[in-house]
Amino acid sequence: MELCPSVKNVLLLDSEGNRVAAKYYCDDWPTNSAKEAFEKAVFTKTQKTNARTEAEIAMIENNVVVYKFVQSLHFFVTGGEDENELILATVLQGFCDAVGLLLRGHVDRREALENLDLILMCLDEIVDGGIILETDPNVIAGKVASQSVDAGGPLSEQTISQALATAREHLTRSLLN
Amino acid sequence: MAQPFVKKDDDDEEAEYSPFLGIEKGAVLQEARVFNDPQLDPRRCSQVITKLLYLLNQGETFTKVEATEVFFAVTKLFQSRDIGLRRMVYLMIKELSPCADEVIIVTSSLMKDMNSKTDMYRANAIRVLCRITDGTLLTQIERYLKQAIVDKNPVVASAALVSGIHILQTNPEIVKRWSNEVQEAVQSRAALVQFHALALLHQIRQNDRLAVSKLVTSLTRGSVRSPLAQCLLIRYTSQVIHESASNSQTGERPFFDYLESCLRHKAEMVILEAARAITELNGVTSRELTPAITVLQLFLSSSKPVLRFAAIRTLNKVAMTHPMAVTNCNIDMESLISDQNRSIATLAITTLLKTGNESSVDRLMKQITNFMSDIADEFKIVVVEAIRSLCLKFPLKYRSLMNFLSNILREEGGFEYKKAIIDSIVILIRDIPEAKESGLLHLCEFIEDCEFTYLSTQILHFLGIEGPKTSDPSKYIRYIYNRVHLENATVRASAVSTMAKFGAKVESLKPRIFVLLRRCLLDSDDEVRDRATLYLNTLGGHGSEVETDENMNEFLFGSLEVPLVNLETSLKNYEPSDESFDINSVPKEIKSQPLAEKKAPGKKPATGLAAPPSGPATTVDAYERLLSSIAEFSSFGKLFKSSAPVELTEAGTEYTVNVVKHIFDRHVVFQYNCTNTIPEVLLENVAVIVDSSDAEEFSEVASKPLPSLPYDSPGQTFVAFEKPDGVTAIGKFSNILKFIVKEVDPSTGEAEEDGVEDEYQLEDLEVVAADYILKVGVSNFRNAWESMGADYERVDEYGLGPRENLTEAVNAVINLLGMQPCEGTEVVPSNSRSHSCLLSGVYIGNVKVLVRLSFGIDGQRDVAMKLAVRSEDESVSDAIHEIVASG
Repeated sequence: MELCPSVKNVLLLDSEGNRVAAKYYCDDWPTNSAKEAFEKAVFTKTQKTNARTEAEIAMIENNVVVYKFVQSLHFFVTGGEDENELILATVLQGFCDAVGLLLRGHVDRREALENLDLILMCLDEIVDGGIILETDPNVIAGKVASQSVDAGGPLSEQTISQALATAREHLTRSLLN
Repeated sequence: MAQPFVKKDDDDEEAEYSPFLGIEKGAVLQEARVFNDPQLDPRRCSQVITKLLYLLNQGETFTKVEATEVFFAVTKLFQSRDIGLRRMVYLMIKELSPCADEVIIVTSSLMKDMNSKTDMYRANAIRVLCRITDGTLLTQIERYLKQAIVDKNPVVASAALVSGIHILQTNPEIVKRWSNEVQEAVQSRAALVQFHALALLHQIRQNDRLAVSKLVTSLTRGSVRSPLAQCLLIRYTSQVIHESASNSQTGERPFFDYLESCLRHKAEMVILEAARAITELNGVTSRELTPAITVLQLFLSSSKPVLRFAAIRTLNKVAMTHPMAVTNCNIDMESLISDQNRSIATLAITTLLKTGNESSVDRLMKQITNFMSDIADEFKIVVVEAIRSLCLKFPLKYRSLMNFLSNILREEGGFEYKKAIIDSIVILIRDIPEAKESGLLHLCEFIEDCEFTYLSTQILHFLGIEGPKTSDPSKYIRYIYNRVHLENATVRASAVSTMAKFGAKVESLKPRIFVLLRRCLLDSDDEVRDRATLYLNTLGGHGSEVETDENMNEFLFGSLEVPLVNLETSLKNYEPSDESFDINSVPKEIKSQPLAEKKAPGKKPATGLAAPPSGPATTVDAYERLLSSIAEFSSFGKLFKSSAPVELTEAGTEYTVNVVKHIFDRHVVFQYNCTNTIPEVLLENVAVIVDSSDAEEFSEVASKPLPSLPYDSPGQTFVAFEKPDGVTAIGKFSNILKFIVKEVDPSTGEAEEDGVEDEYQLEDLEVVAADYILKVGVSNFRNAWESMGADYERVDEYGLGPRENLTEAVNAVINLLGMQPCEGTEVVPSNSRSHSCLLSGVYIGNVKVLVRLSFGIDGQRDVAMKLAVRSEDESVSDAIHEIVASG
């Protein structure tokens, strides 16, 4: 019996259902086409709902899916049928807010793809192999941002927003080169 | 006209713009060469890694060669001191999941990072290394991991603990040595560290029940602060409660106070976890439920959909077993019917349908009607099923529920949804006699405009059985005859059969039915014409000789007595000759359960739409052929039943023997299947000596020994007994295997001349009553029951004593009687306090037997059973009771 709360996948889709970033932690969807089929099912089942102020929830293929839409991005966290919905919702909230911080409020597909490295690091800091690693958005974003600044002053001397600003500048520059 | 186009193009460009536009794997792999530059450009390298990760994330795969190449290139990047780049390197290595010989390349770099002064390096290096490493390397880094677990930086500690959880799956013995450090980490002030430490500590100890119990005892006193860790602790606690439940049945439940105190925790996830744990306790009392239901009720009016969903989902489950406990929430749940989230609304409705009382049904139905129009089919089916069970619970309310069903039947919907409605109406008609007339008319109306052939034929079949029994059968004829004009051939053929049934049952309608049937003789379809001709002849419409009433009824209404699979096999084996096909030669025993029998009531396969066969029944044929080939047994007549093989030896003995009991009308044949498992010996003159002194009614008439039994090639020996005709003689037989042993020369394989006589004791064998009953299912139990009549009905009640649960009791009786469970009634819903089970079979002498069992279980787990038997023979009904009474 699995007693430890576990996350089956975390998805970030754009407003048309295309994958921006996705991480699967179990073998329920072994192939990429199975993953895409699941993402499509999740997207079509949820796209008409209003999940903007509060996170929403649905049962899809015997999984609990909690989701939230921020601007033009759709965030999803999937757990097993019997998983505590509120634990999944906490993970979702951490993910949404951390991405919001990292993208400095511009939560759309273009911004997300331009900062894909931040998004992927963010996912890496939230869940490790299905086990929840961290749920506090400030801590998550702080960890991601701290790793993107040049190894200058210690993090404690910078506020998170400063760190984020530096990180963003740094990365936009590098991607536009 | 041009403007919108331009605008649209703009939008498209905006939406489709991506920094990865036109990205291609080959080109990116080329770009990865920058990793090898002597002067590393960290930004450029980060950018290339991002591109690689993008490709992988989109589902692109690298070949083995490509992955290895990228991996080696990436390892070069450890030279750079850029933190951001290092982080990307970690991600990349994890994604590539290198193989063992590649891991060695990065081990030293990662180990260096593990001992770095930068916490971020340490945490990530631990995670990467533990992800890609194998057992041998683990012992090298174990010391560092143990230190990391108790590191004062929570990120490092969590990294080590989570890695420990992963490693435990593959190398438990190593992780188990960290117990002390993990225990220390449980006391950490950092919330997530505490959570990870607790998860790991429990996994280390999970097989030691006492240790888990101790862990729970000490932690529930209150040193856990993190909400996630608290949730874990609740799960462990309920596990401990579950395992210790048996020894404290009456007293206070251990740890219940802890669970209850968690209901007052400030984190909602903990409250929910505790409430759910309480509702799932074994044999939870209503007093224990109350506080949990109260907090869930508060959640129902939360502004957060997730919270409302979690609460209503839990309450829905509770309502299945304790509907009364949930009634307090009825008002809150009614307001959820209009919830934006359709899953919540559906759960609310189905819960209300379970908890509602008779007086609230009408109001509820009104609310549901508005709701049904805007939910998806999958939710509608759930609602229909809930309404069906509500109607069976409150039969007096059938009128409003039937109206509801007929209204939704008229609306748009897919096949599965319509089928659920039809099934519900059919069940209501069967179980609530008052609902019959209105229900049948609703069905008639439905087939006037039904696009599903399967449903039309099913309804027509049902009309044919139920329609003639109503007060005014003639009003249905119009609907049925309309089918002959308007539908496809399958439905037309069904309609013809249905009309014939009306003609057979209702004398006054007969002349008119003849007129209608004669019109069908000109149909364009063969099957329709054939059926019309057949029925006209049977009913005497051609002025020909009329069959006797009984034959006609049997022909029109009797169910097919043989499983369709068996019939198909027999028809395939039948070779056209002068001898016509005899349906009586088809075996009646159900070997592999055909799909048709598994379906729920009311889903009988309609003519021409039979369920596909699932595996032929060949064993019976094989036995029959085998036995009829033996001269001694050829006079015994037709084989009635062969039992499944019963083992008479334990596994792994020198000789293994099992026995198959073949039952004939006046004889019983034991077929002993023997196998010699010793390569060095050959057995000759193998026979079984049977002592039947404990089976008085049997007398041995023949025995057929086995001349030789070489190593590993099974052979059979037979013993036949005579028994009184028509008596279900039972008895116990003890068996001894007798044979001559000859040594075999292993080099030549030849046996020695002289052998030694020897014996081998086998286990006893019993002929029981179930051996005289064939498992033969009926497709419609209620019909079969009614047409059998109450002439030879015998009813009695029995106490079955204490049982684990109802399932065990039901299975015990089914096995004792050896009859076929019908309509899926052998399945007992979990936690139910009562259950009805329908059985059918054929008793020796070809006497049909039907059995209705009603079970009930009380608080002390004592099971009581009411047994009602109907059969074609009084003595058989009594015999069934005798079997149960003596079993």
